[in-house]
Amino acid sequence: MSTTRPAFTPQFMREDGDAAPWTVLRPDGQLEEGARPTLDDAQLREACELMLFSRAFDEKGFSLQRQGRFGTFSPVRGQEASVVGAAVALDPQRDWVVPQYRELPALLRQGLPLEQFMLTFLGDPRGGLAPEGVNVLPIQIGLAAQLPQAVGLAWGLARQGRDAVVLVFCGDGASSEGDFHEACNLAGTLGAPVVFLLQNNGWAISTPRSRQSAAVTLAARAPGYGIPGSLVDGNDLLAVHEVVSDAVGRARAGDGPSLVETLTYRLGDHNTADDARRYQPADELESWAPRDPIARVLAHLRSRDLWDDEHDAAVRARIGRRIDEAVRTVEGVEPPGVDHLFAHVGEELSPRLARQRADLIASVETR
Amino acid sequence: MTTETLTMGKALNLGLRRAMDDDPKVVLMGEDIGRLGGVFRVTDGLQKDFGEARVVDTPLAEAGIVGTAVGLALRGYRPVCEIQFDGFVFPAVNQIVTQVAKISARSQGRMRMPVVIRIPFGGGIGAVEHHSESPEAYFAHTPGLKVVSVSNPVDAYWGIQQAIAAPDPVVFLEPKRRYWEKAEVDLDAIPEPLFRSRVVRRGDDVTVLAYGPMVATALQAAAAAAEEGRSLEVVDLRTLSPLDLDPVVDSVRRTGRCVVVHEAQVSHGLGAEIAARLTEQCFHSLEAPVLRAGGYDVPYPPARNEEEYLPDLDRVLDAVDRAMGF
Repeated sequence: MSTTRPAFTPQFMREDGDAAPWTVLRPDGQLEEGARPTLDDAQLREACELMLFSRAFDEKGFSLQRQGRFGTFSPVRGQEASVVGAAVALDPQRDWVVPQYRELPALLRQGLPLEQFMLTFLGDPRGGLAPEGVNVLPIQIGLAAQLPQAVGLAWGLARQGRDAVVLVFCGDGASSEGDFHEACNLAGTLGAPVVFLLQNNGWAISTPRSRQSAAVTLAARAPGYGIPGSLVDGNDLLAVHEVVSDAVGRARAGDGPSLVETLTYRLGDHNTADDARRYQPADELESWAPRDPIARVLAHLRSRDLWDDEHDAAVRARIGRRIDEAVRTVEGVEPPGVDHLFAHVGEELSPRLARQRADLIASVETR
Repeated sequence: MTTETLTMGKALNLGLRRAMDDDPKVVLMGEDIGRLGGVFRVTDGLQKDFGEARVVDTPLAEAGIVGTAVGLALRGYRPVCEIQFDGFVFPAVNQIVTQVAKISARSQGRMRMPVVIRIPFGGGIGAVEHHSESPEAYFAHTPGLKVVSVSNPVDAYWGIQQAIAAPDPVVFLEPKRRYWEKAEVDLDAIPEPLFRSRVVRRGDDVTVLAYGPMVATALQAAAAAAEEGRSLEVVDLRTLSPLDLDPVVDSVRRTGRCVVVHEAQVSHGLGAEIAARLTEQCFHSLEAPVLRAGGYDVPYPPARNEEEYLPDLDRVLDAVDRAMGF
């Protein structure tokens, strides 16, 4: 009697895309059936204000840049729930944020002054300095380079017995870099208390998500690193908060890293030098408008009588004043001067650098 | 004769187009080079005309872009990789330095690497970090790579075609702050060879060497010096590896003085190699040491310190003064 051996089939197939993103708030602002917000009323209002702040700053920044008063920067527009929902899952006193460059509200939540952020994008070297006790790394322009660094930071904190967690941001584009894979893999082997927050905003400058990876979801890569992965509606503040809180809790408990993919959408240009109309389909852009993350939270808050016109006006006025104040402050900052070019290359100024510095000062003075 | 007034960016675009017309094995690959036409629009319209199989929008993965180009080259393609900004080439350096540069030697010449790696380089556009680097010395230090830098639309138009046609890998450095500068380009001319330097202004007192973005600065310095009665000879090096110093040696034997200008940090830069070679070849003609005017030995600074970092006309003239003062 002969037994027939079944033909070989691959054991691991491209996953079928059935995974639905975790949602809590529906686009109309109503809670999903049986869902309970993980933020209390005051926290929810605060988070909403931070999202509004972010949107207002994007608008101000664009307008200042067009007037030549601000540098090239990348707005958060459309991704406020993804950034804020994740950030408010942290305890700024002990946890860290490792940014890429599109996460202003997370940095503000950690305590970074807006002025500091603005200085960076004004091309001022002093922008790189976070005040003592503000647990953030400087903006990262080299995509994905921050990811292994965040793993090391988290590993270091754990080795020192701190119950701290590192939240590191990247995008769908950066997740194609080798550093992404090395970081996720290392984090898994080390059990580092790090949360990889992969903001899938649909676009890496002009490259759509569909061309970035053949994977149906980016979160589905997580099992390949031996770490948990989650897919979440990135335009749903409460969903992001719940999922990231869960990941932060596990990291804090010593259960290692997580990968969270937030499905969101970049509402417009990559940065102030870009023109997304060249490649972003208008109908796709329009299809995301009803899913605006801020409108969703506002609808929710209003439906629960936690937000009214009066409060709205007061919040927006407060935001406007704070941004104007920061603009005035940074515009009053004196140019950095020659010293900043040389001061921090290393611990000591080498004799050769000292000579170059003296030459430059002399040549500036003779002009 | 067909002559057009072109910016450097447009000249590169037309050069790429002509290379693709001439050879169906030419494939362009890089981030945002297709529909967007590249962040500097150098590949504008090429995907529309040549299709997505020949102008490939890649994932955001520089090591992957260059590594994939190696494999394509092994099948007879001539890949032209665009690295979006100089500071983003570093993830690809493993592939460039340990692989692209060595495959010919490793395979005893059986495997050629006709790969072009285009990199917009240098500063002066007020950009954020990693968008203003001058990484040429890393590549010039690597045997097996050819490194060229164009300074004007004419060389850009011909140079990119010649680099693509070359049998060996070429790191092709495009001075991004000169992308918008215009010149007349004769599209039917017989081009100068790619790996040759060229005297671009005659003079008798000091030889000034420059390449890429600094050629224009050196020419400005020569014009300013002329008003003070000083005659500078300016050489556009054009090729950084291999260096073509024959015209330079002739020049320095006449002038006895030489200043090398580059935007890159001075220490361990191209200027050091050039100074050493000129000392060997022109020792008895030199009236002064070969001097260097370049960037300071600091990380390329944020925009507000950019002007202080960048070598300008005054820094070149200071070096000329010092050379004359010996």
